[in-house]
Amino acid sequence: MPINYYIFLAVALFSIGVIGVLTRRNAIIVFMCIELMLNAVNLLLVAFSKMHYANAVTFNPGTTTGAEAQLFVFFIMVVAAAEVSVGLAIIVMMYRNIHSVDINFLNRLKH
Amino acid sequence: MTKLTYLIPLFPLIGFLVNGLGRRMVPKSVAGLIGSASVLASFILSVLVFMEVRVDGFTAQEVKLFSFIKTAGLDIPFAFQIDQLSSLFLLIITGVGFLIHVYSAAYMHEEEPQHYARYFAYLNLFVFSMLLLVLGANYVIMFIGWEGVGLCSYLLIGYWFKNGDYNDAAKKAFVMNRIGDLGFLLAVFWMIGQFGSTSFGVIFPKVDATAPAVLTGITLLLFVGATGKSAQIPLYTWLPDAMAGPTPVSALIHAATMVTAGIYMIARSNIMYTLAPITPTVVAVIGLATALFAATIAIQQNDIKKVLAYSTVSQLGLMFLGLGVGAYTGAVFHVMTHAFFKALLFLGAGSVIHAMHHEQDIRNMGGLKKHLPITHFTFLIGCIAIAGIPPFSGFFSKDEILMGAFAHSPVLYFIGTFSALLTAFYMFRLYAMTFLGQFRGTQEQQLHVHESPAAMTVPLIVLALLAIVAGFVGVPEVFIKDAHWLEKFLAPVFAASTAKQGEHVVSHSTEYALMGGTVLAILVVMVYALKKFGNYSKTAEPATGFARVLENKWYVDEIYDAVISRPLRGFSVFLNNVMERSVIDGVVNGTGKFIQYSSRQFRWLQSGQVGSYILIMVVATVVFFIIQIFGK
Amino acid sequence: MFAAFDNFPALLIWLPLIGGLLSFFIKNERSVKAWSLFSSILTLALFAVSLFYTDQKHYALNSVSYVWLPEIGSSFALLLDGMSRILCLLTAVSFPLIFASTYSSSYRNPNAFYGLMLLTQCGLMGVFLAVDALAFYFFWELALIPAYFLVSQWGGERRIQAAFKFFIYTFAGSLFLLIGIIYVYLKTPDQSFSLVSFYQVQLTAGEQGWLFWMFFVAFAIKMPIFPFHTWQPDAYEQSPTAVTMVLSGIMVKMGLFATLRWLIVMFPDAVRQFDNVVIGLSIVGMLYASCVALVQDDLKRLVAYSSIAHIGLMAASVFTLNLLSLQGLLVQMFNHGINIIGLWIVVFLIEKQTGIRKISQLGGLAQKAPALAIMLVIIALANIALPLTNAFVGEFMMFAGLYKFSPWYAAAAGLSIILSAVYTLNMIKNVFYGNLNAVTQGFKEIVLHEGVILAMIVVLIFFVGVYPEPMFNMIRSASEMIIGKFIK
Repeated sequence: MPINYYIFLAVALFSIGVIGVLTRRNAIIVFMCIELMLNAVNLLLVAFSKMHYANAVTFNPGTTTGAEAQLFVFFIMVVAAAEVSVGLAIIVMMYRNIHSVDINFLNRLKH
Repeated sequence: MTKLTYLIPLFPLIGFLVNGLGRRMVPKSVAGLIGSASVLASFILSVLVFMEVRVDGFTAQEVKLFSFIKTAGLDIPFAFQIDQLSSLFLLIITGVGFLIHVYSAAYMHEEEPQHYARYFAYLNLFVFSMLLLVLGANYVIMFIGWEGVGLCSYLLIGYWFKNGDYNDAAKKAFVMNRIGDLGFLLAVFWMIGQFGSTSFGVIFPKVDATAPAVLTGITLLLFVGATGKSAQIPLYTWLPDAMAGPTPVSALIHAATMVTAGIYMIARSNIMYTLAPITPTVVAVIGLATALFAATIAIQQNDIKKVLAYSTVSQLGLMFLGLGVGAYTGAVFHVMTHAFFKALLFLGAGSVIHAMHHEQDIRNMGGLKKHLPITHFTFLIGCIAIAGIPPFSGFFSKDEILMGAFAHSPVLYFIGTFSALLTAFYMFRLYAMTFLGQFRGTQEQQLHVHESPAAMTVPLIVLALLAIVAGFVGVPEVFIKDAHWLEKFLAPVFAASTAKQGEHVVSHSTEYALMGGTVLAILVVMVYALKKFGNYSKTAEPATGFARVLENKWYVDEIYDAVISRPLRGFSVFLNNVMERSVIDGVVNGTGKFIQYSSRQFRWLQSGQVGSYILIMVVATVVFFIIQIFGK
Repeated sequence: MFAAFDNFPALLIWLPLIGGLLSFFIKNERSVKAWSLFSSILTLALFAVSLFYTDQKHYALNSVSYVWLPEIGSSFALLLDGMSRILCLLTAVSFPLIFASTYSSSYRNPNAFYGLMLLTQCGLMGVFLAVDALAFYFFWELALIPAYFLVSQWGGERRIQAAFKFFIYTFAGSLFLLIGIIYVYLKTPDQSFSLVSFYQVQLTAGEQGWLFWMFFVAFAIKMPIFPFHTWQPDAYEQSPTAVTMVLSGIMVKMGLFATLRWLIVMFPDAVRQFDNVVIGLSIVGMLYASCVALVQDDLKRLVAYSSIAHIGLMAASVFTLNLLSLQGLLVQMFNHGINIIGLWIVVFLIEKQTGIRKISQLGGLAQKAPALAIMLVIIALANIALPLTNAFVGEFMMFAGLYKFSPWYAAAAGLSIILSAVYTLNMIKNVFYGNLNAVTQGFKEIVLHEGVILAMIVVLIFFVGVYPEPMFNMIRSASEMIIGKFIK
C-alpha cells in the first residue's frame, strides 16, 4: 500500500490525540489521548520501516534496513507503559484528595 | 597723573569695604567721615586730572590695569580712558557726590549706627560703580559700572527694607534696568562680532567702514539700554517709584548721576550715532515724547518727590532730544547743569521733608518761606534754573538743545518749548504750594519746623551757586563770540561727529527771536503758576476727568501690570501646573505606569494552567514547522 | 596593577575611596564628621599641590593607565588635563565646603552617610579623570549609586519616589550610553576603549546620527535639560541639603563634561546636523524653567529650577562650537558649582533654624540675621550674573559665543536674565525683607564658622569675577584642542 495512506492515518490519529489533550477535561481521557499520540507515532514508524525494507530488498535480499525503526517502537512502548503507570498512580492519589479528575481543578502550579 | 587714575575709583571702594565690613564697629560720625572723605579724595584727584586734561592738545589716554578676559580673538582689558568727556563726568560725579555725602551725614542721623554705616557703604559703592562706568575704556567695563549702579540703586531704594512697598519699588528698578541691559548686551555682542573688540579705541575708527544697517542695529540696541537706565519711554516707570529711597539717594542717583549714564554712553558713542541712519531720529522722538509725557504727569502730582522725579524724566528726555539732533555738547552741558539744580532741588526737598517730619504731600505744606529761609532761597534758585530763565544755568543748556532741535525741525523745537513751559508751570506750582501761602500742616509739625543743620544747608548753598554760574561755561555764539568754553573743551571727543554733521546754521536774528519769545512765555507761565498756587487752600474734591488721568500717570503702571506682569504669571502658573505635572511628568510617569500595566498583562501568561502551557507549545511547534517548510 | 600610585589622578580617586570606606567603620558621630572633613580637605590639598605640576614635562604625574581588561582592549586610564582639572578643582573645593557647612546637622547612621558622600566624590573624580570609555562608564554609574542611597535613606517625606525616579530615569539613559559606547568600540580601528581610539573612529553620517542621540539622551537626562528634567526638582527637594549640594553643584557637570569630552569630537557631522535642535531645546528649557521658577513657593524647588535655566545656557553654548563660548562654559562650570552650593548653604541655614522652606511663610530674616542676608544677596546676584561676580565672566562669554552662532538665539536666551532677576529678587524680598512673623521671630544670626564658609564663597566669587585669568590659563589648551579637532 502506498505509504501516503499510513501517513494520513498516523497524522489523523496524532491530531485527534493532540486535540484531545488540549480540549478534554477528564484526566483519564487525556491519558488515553496521549496513548493515542504515541501509538500513532508507532504506526508511522512501523510503516516507514516496512517501506524502507521494501525499497531496499530488491537490491539486496537479506538486508536489515528499517530494523531500527521497529526497535524504536519498543522503546516508545516501554516509555508509554512507564509513563501511564506513574501518571495513573498520580491521578489515583489526587482523586483520593479532591474526588475529581477534572484537570481544570489541577492548576496548583500557579500557587 | 593719569597713571594714578585707578585711585579715583579705589577710594570709594575702600570706603565701601571699611563701612560695609566694619559697620558694627564704626561709630556714626566716623562712618559719615569715611564715606565723605573717600569721595572728597576722589574729587581732588579728579580736579588734578582735569587740570591735566584741559591743556590744549590733550589726546585721550588709555590706562590699562590688567587683562580681564583674554581669549582667542577677543581681548577685554580692565582699562580706563581719560579724556575730556570722562574727566568732566568725573568732576560732576565726585563733586556733587561729595556734597550729597555731607548732606546725608546730617539727613540720616536718625538711623542706627550699623544701618547708618550700611547707607554710606552703599553710597560709596555707587560712586565706585559710576566712576567705573565713565572711566571704562571699553563697553564691557562700562557695562560693569552700568549694572553696578543698577545694583546700588536696588540696594539704596530698598534701604528701609522692612517696608514691602519699598522693596517692590527696588525690585521694579532692578528688573526694568535689566530689560535695558539685555539690549546693551546684545549690542556689545554685535560689536564683538562686527569689530572683534569692545574697546573704544578699536571700534570708533572702524565705524566709517561699517554698513549703516549694522550701525543702526547696534545703536538702537544700545539705546534700549539707555532707555532702561535713563528712564525713557517705555522703561521709565521705575524712577517715580524709586522715590521710596532716602532723599539724598534720589538726589545722587536719580537726578545727578546714574540716570545720566545713558546720555554718557551715547555721547561716548557719538560717532556711531551720527553715522547710523534711523537711530538719531528714534532717539530724538522718544526723548521728546518722554519729555512731554512726564511733564504732563508732573503737573498733577502732589508728592514733592514725585514731582521732582517726573521732572527728572522729563529733563532726561530733553537731553536725549539733544543727542538725537546731534547737539552732543548741549546734551552734556545739560547733564552738568541738571546735576546741579536737580540735586539742589532734591536736597532742598529733603530739607523740607526733614523739617516737616517726613511729610511729603505738598497739599499739607505751605508758608515754609519764613521757617526755612536758606532752603527756601536755594530752592527758588533751583526752580528758576530749571525753568530756563536767564542768566541761570538751565537757560543756557536748555537753549542749546532747543536750538539744535530747531535746526533739525521746527516741530521738535516747539514741542520741546511746550514741555519747557510745562516744566516752568509745575516747578513753580511746587514752589508755591510748598513755600508760599498759609501753613497747612498740623499743629505738631508747626511747632517743630526749623531750618536744617549746617551739614545740610551748606551743600544747598554750594549747589545753588553752581546752578547760577554753571551756565557761563557755555555761553552761545549769539551773545559773545567764542565764549562757549565747554564746546571747545569737548571738541576732541565729538570731532568726528561734528565733521560728519552738516552745518545747521540758525541765523542770529531767528535765534534772538526764539530765545526771547521762549523766555517771555516762561516768565508768563511762572507768574501764572505763582498766582494760581500762591494761596493754595486744600480742596477736598478729587481730581476729575483728564486731571485724574494725569494724576494716575496715564495708568501706565496699570497697563504694564495687566499686559505683562499678570499674563506672565498666569503663563508660569500654567506651565507649572499643567506642563510640568500633567504633560512632561505625565509622559515620564506614564512610561512607568505603562510598563507596570504591560507587566501585569504578561503575568497572565503564567496562569498555572498546564493546559494553556501545552496549547502554546503546540501552537509554537506548528508555527516553527510552517516557517521551516514555507520559509525557504 | 596596583603599582602606580605616585601620580595625581590615581591619588585623587583613591583618597576619597579609602576615606569613604574607612568612614563606614567609624561609629562615633563626631569622629566620622571630623574624619570626612579631614579627608576632603586632604583631597583639596592634594589637588592644590597638583596645580604646580601642570606643565608638559610633568605629564607623567598627570596621567596613569592601569592594566584592567586587556582582552577587550580596556585599560583603566586616567588623565588630568585642562578640562578635567577645572572640574576636579570644583569637586575638591566643594566637598570640604559641603562638609563644613552641614557640620551641625545630625544624620542617623552617620558613618554610612559620610561614607556614601565620600564614595560619591570618588565616583565624580573618576568621571572627570577617565580617558577610557569603560572606565568612564564605570565611574558614571559609580557616582550614581551612593546618591540613590543618600536620597532614599535620608531624604524628606517623598524620598523613595523621588530617589526611585531619579535612579531609574538616569539609569535608563545610561543604558543608551552603554549601547553607544559598545557600538563605537566595535568600530574603532584597534578595538580599544581608550579615548584616543574613540576620537579616531570613522563613522558614517547615518551612524553618527543615531549614536549622537544615544549618547546625548544619557547626558541630557543627567544635566538635565528640557524636557528630561522632571526628575530634578523632586530629587533636589526631597534629598537632604548636603546631598542636593553634591547633585546640583557637581553631578550636573558630569553631563556637560561628558558632552564636551566624549560627544562633540566623536560625532562632528551629527553635531552640525542637530545643533539647532539641541540649542533650541536648551533655550526653550531656559525660558521654561525661569517661568516656572517665578511661581515656586518652595525655596528648594526655586533654586532647582533656576539651576535648570543656567544649565540650559551651558548646554546651548556647548553646541555653538566657538572658542569664546567653550572657554566661557568651562569657567562657568566651576563658577556655577560654587554659586549654587553657596545658595544651597543659605537654604540649609534657613531650614535648619526655621524648619520650613515655603517662601510665603518666611519673611523679615534680614532684621535678625543681617550677615546671612548680605551673603545671600551677594550669592544670589552672582547666580544671576551680576558684573564683577564670577558668573558674569562665564555667562558673558557664553552669550557672546551664542550670539556669534545666531543673534536670535542669544536674544531669546537673554530674556532669561530678566526673568532670573525677577524670581531672585522676589525670593530675596519674601524671605529676607518685609516684616517678621511668628515663624521667623526666633531666628538667630549665623554662627562664625558658617559665616566664614559663606565668606569664603563670596571671596571666591569676587576674585574670579575681577581676575579670571588663572581660570582661563587652566582651560585654554583644552578648549583649543576641542575646537581644533572639530574644525579639522
